[in-house]
Amino acid sequence: MKNLDSKTHVRGESVYLDDIPLLRGTLFACVFDSPIAHGKLKGVEISKAEKCAGVHKIILAKDIVGENEIGGVIPDEPLLADAEVHFQGMPIAIVLAETEEQARHAAKQITAEIEPLPVVTDPRVAYANNDLIVPPKRFKLGDTDTAFRNCEHVFAGRTEQNGQEHLYIETQGAYAVPAEQGGMKIYSSTQGPTAVQRAVSRVTNLPMHQIEVDVTRLGGGFGGKEDQANAWAAICAVGTQLTRRPVKYALHRMEDMRMTGKRHPYSSDYKIGLDKDLKIVAYEAEFFQNAGVSADLSPPVLERTLFHCTNSYYIPHVTVAAYSCRTHLPPNTAFRGFGGPQGMFVIEAAIAHAADKLGVSASDIQRKNLLRNGDEFPYGQLAESEAETTWSQADGKFDFAALQMQADEFNKTSKYQKKGVALMPICFGISFTKTPMNQARSLVHVYTDGSVAVSTGAVEMGQGVNTKMAQVAAEVFSLPIESVRVHTTNTLRIANTSPTAASAAADLNGKATLMACEEISRRLKEVALPLVEAQSVQDITLENGFVCNKGEKTSLDWHTLLNEAYLQRVSLSEHAHYATPGINFDWGTAKGHPFAYHVYGTAITGVTVDCLRGRYEIDYVKACHDFGSSMNTAVDFGQIEGGIVQGIGWMTMEEVVYDAEGRLRSNALSTYKVPDIHSVPREIEFIPLETTRENLAIFNSKAVGEPPLMYGIGAYFAIRNAIKAFRDHAPADTGATDPNPEFDAPFTPEKVLMNLYG
Amino acid sequence: MIKFILNEQTTETDLPPGMTVLDFVRYRKDLKGTKIGCREGDCGACTILVGELDHDKVNYRSMTSCLMPLANAYGKHIVTVEGINKPDGSLTNVQQAMVDESGTQCGFCTVGFVMSLTGFCIDDAPKTCQAAVSSVDGNICRCTGYKSIERAACAISERLAVGSGQWAEDSGQSGVQGNLNFAIENDIVPSYFSGIKDKLIDLKNGADCPPSAAHRQLIAGGTDLYVQRPEEMAETSGNYVFDNSDLRRITQNETHVEVGASAVVTDLMVSLVFVRLFPDLYKHLKLVSSTPIRNMATLAGNFVNASPIGDMTAWFLALDAEIELSAGDSSRWMHLKDLYLGYKQLAKTEDEFITNIRFKKDFTHFNFEKVCKRTYLDIASVNTAISLRVEGDIISDAHVSAGGVAPTPLYLTKTSEYLRGKEINEMTIAEAAKIIQTEISPISDVRGSEAYKRLLLRQLFTAHFVELFNM
Repeated sequence: MKNLDSKTHVRGESVYLDDIPLLRGTLFACVFDSPIAHGKLKGVEISKAEKCAGVHKIILAKDIVGENEIGGVIPDEPLLADAEVHFQGMPIAIVLAETEEQARHAAKQITAEIEPLPVVTDPRVAYANNDLIVPPKRFKLGDTDTAFRNCEHVFAGRTEQNGQEHLYIETQGAYAVPAEQGGMKIYSSTQGPTAVQRAVSRVTNLPMHQIEVDVTRLGGGFGGKEDQANAWAAICAVGTQLTRRPVKYALHRMEDMRMTGKRHPYSSDYKIGLDKDLKIVAYEAEFFQNAGVSADLSPPVLERTLFHCTNSYYIPHVTVAAYSCRTHLPPNTAFRGFGGPQGMFVIEAAIAHAADKLGVSASDIQRKNLLRNGDEFPYGQLAESEAETTWSQADGKFDFAALQMQADEFNKTSKYQKKGVALMPICFGISFTKTPMNQARSLVHVYTDGSVAVSTGAVEMGQGVNTKMAQVAAEVFSLPIESVRVHTTNTLRIANTSPTAASAAADLNGKATLMACEEISRRLKEVALPLVEAQSVQDITLENGFVCNKGEKTSLDWHTLLNEAYLQRVSLSEHAHYATPGINFDWGTAKGHPFAYHVYGTAITGVTVDCLRGRYEIDYVKACHDFGSSMNTAVDFGQIEGGIVQGIGWMTMEEVVYDAEGRLRSNALSTYKVPDIHSVPREIEFIPLETTRENLAIFNSKAVGEPPLMYGIGAYFAIRNAIKAFRDHAPADTGATDPNPEFDAPFTPEKVLMNLYG
Repeated sequence: MIKFILNEQTTETDLPPGMTVLDFVRYRKDLKGTKIGCREGDCGACTILVGELDHDKVNYRSMTSCLMPLANAYGKHIVTVEGINKPDGSLTNVQQAMVDESGTQCGFCTVGFVMSLTGFCIDDAPKTCQAAVSSVDGNICRCTGYKSIERAACAISERLAVGSGQWAEDSGQSGVQGNLNFAIENDIVPSYFSGIKDKLIDLKNGADCPPSAAHRQLIAGGTDLYVQRPEEMAETSGNYVFDNSDLRRITQNETHVEVGASAVVTDLMVSLVFVRLFPDLYKHLKLVSSTPIRNMATLAGNFVNASPIGDMTAWFLALDAEIELSAGDSSRWMHLKDLYLGYKQLAKTEDEFITNIRFKKDFTHFNFEKVCKRTYLDIASVNTAISLRVEGDIISDAHVSAGGVAPTPLYLTKTSEYLRGKEINEMTIAEAAKIIQTEISPISDVRGSEAYKRLLLRQLFTAHFVELFNM
């Protein structure tokens, strides 16, 4: 089934934040933000801006009615700079004007007197200064000290990984509209309506019940609008509170890129120990996360790095530590994978390093160490592993050895073009690692005309969650999908929601919707029982708009049944609550069972590097992916393809560049490059893992949002293998010394060329 | 007063001629299907179709409305998605293909793709899968990974190709390629498109004069000015020269090719003169920005912008092109390479503007190389072009250019000089590559480090000879 929004999308009729019709009297906001990354804010000069045409009000930190604070996890993030500025792009003042142009013009007239303070952009420097967001987090399994002494081979090294700009095509934005009794309604492009509601409540000092947050859909989120949508909603809310007029702010692209955080860059150290049979016996790693200036979601991102530090391998002795390091950059935040990809890259680098030195293929080491059923993760959960099955099914279908041989043959005769192949197994845990967040609610109304309305806490952002919610209701009531309408995500209808994140929205909200629909269905069957003269409700089913008794269609149709229920004063509505069973985690012991289940997969990536120019093309990604049992292949396959390409972007051309003063140099689409249609793999082919194992996913259809992004890591190692193939046969004059490139992602064409000839 | 046809309706406005078409359609006409992604022509979310009268037919090209001044809409047919949507709510065949292949996820970029693909259906491009995919080379999607869009594009092109599929059969015509009537009959664009030609003719006849005046600021395609100074451009009015067809002609005589200064990159791509002179024309020009930008960006704009990494500047420098500068009634010719004095400093008066470009046809070999972070739709880290006249094994004339390695677009005087009279062999190339390093002064920036740019130019210079002489 196609995404239900497809038709209005292609006709341009879907409504995004900037498309909402404006109310008369709407003011437009624009932020004046810090031109430097760190300093004492001595004063803000607004008198010139105040005199500009159309300017209604200029708001500074002191004007905020509630608390000047929007930090979600830790209260360490002022909405507007007060005494100090902490990153370039930090909001200092809000201009409200009658038109957007006037607001922008006036914001440019504001100046700030700032006494510069030292700027730190390197997480290792922040670590050396002991400037951490939260205390270090550690996982320990077995005894690495003893284990390393007994290892046949031990290798240690360092990796660098850059950040990633979300580049949702719809920028951040919000629209606040005053309501009665001092309350307000906020339209927000957010993955976390409740997070917005909390942030607005804090800055306005209004109770949450005075604040309605409504989200129709996002033009992309990818984690970037999980917590970072809060600021813009809070800005509009503060404006509305002080003026009692509607206030809108839709960011320009360069404002968005400058003022919002990105995927966390990491610098990491690793040490890997293997026995003579290439079994990984011991692994140590230290992760230095570049958190930016405030916590945002850095602590849970950091934790997920540890949760995924061994990827899909069983390693009996593991000691890992992770540090969330404070730098003078915008607060880095959630991004598809949420720290997991960063952890997985490091173990893959360690394996590649060992393979380089031992003269074997990395895949030999990878395969020997795949998780088996019952193997213990470093955090105590036991694996229900599909690692081996996805690997062998991928190999069976795509024949890794043959692909490698084709590349080797090609490389023998090609002077400038070299091919590289790499395997990338993945294992990704599904659930919020903060156990309490694994809850959701769904409100289902069945109307007497037979139509069904569903509201959940899930936010539609292209991932098709609304389509899946509609499928759940249509399935339970056995109705055509057109009978079900999934409505906006709204905090008055669904309260205390978890953000749409962690790949878990379809599971959590789908299960809640399932429960609500089943409860209504149960009541309806009781109403039907005497009408169809059935013996028991167990005999009654709803099928294609009719009540069936023991599988036999009766004359009682859906419509009549509903009206009968209404006349009998039976509720046709249900609000259901779902909490994932069986999960827990204790940071005291750093052990537990945090994930409802894991998603597995194995991808083979092939690339061709143009060793004359340093360019590359991705020839193919071929994968076996563990969908469980997909409830919507059109939607899920789209997630796989999109995830792979986004992961490849992160590993190849996407380079976030800050200078030493903390200024973003890759500050527009002209300087920050995401994949275009010509740069994606020529071929993406995947097969669903064939498995009958039960899981906790909605309809056994495993979460699919984040895991495929990590297949993209394979592109990095495939490019690296192609470079190695060139350098193995490099002519003397290229100056090549060590044939093994360092682990420094992304592999931009610059790094490729410098590695080929440097 | 600016008069044009917006979708089905003739419209006129006295809003500032510098206002972008994007702001006009979204915020003045409430046509919200056209989205804002970047406002610098780099994402394609605001792609529209622009129909222009060309003798007896209307040519449609895709353009990014964020960089297009209202003045450039004058006398044209501006088509937004609302202008192709079917009133009964059903989908056009392009829209249906995007739905069928799940080519839309969050939907924000989708309309841009739909417009580009619709443009592909009604333009003169060959109806191949490759050309269909290339038509969306200016559209960025962050959700799908493009494979589904690729499938939709190929499905569309297959159905357009004659002899296969329903569209072709229905049309009852043979040899149809992107024909407008065909597109109307086959649910690609609505039927009112058939009346647009006459409306445009009426518009042209009844028109007072285009909204251009004695302003100093020349504005052609707007693709750079609207990126660099958007607010200023929106508020002020200038001398809009994009539509001056005298400035877009491509002609040749025995010895020279002459190109009007307002010719856009696409004009070169479809020019038979160029196609014959440059066998790899399509391959090379595909490396230059994207389809909508190539439809808007003029050669003279590229030259006077004086960006050190202008692709077309590098191209024409290597042809040792001359430019005609005009001011009032006087004009003079000069070599393009003499235009650049320093960073964004030009050897011309403020009143002079480029009217013509000409270059000699006597080269035997030409090559263009460009490397950037993303191969397509990106600005070069380093680019370079070369033209050679080769007699036997000997280079009798040579011109080499390089971009991204100095404060100005660079004509490599010493390197070119060195190559003349030399035999083509590895020693010549190696020696010339050394001379190049003495002529350039790259700096480290977001497009690469100094060391990288030096190495890259060496490599790309070598690539010229690998490409041209299979070395």
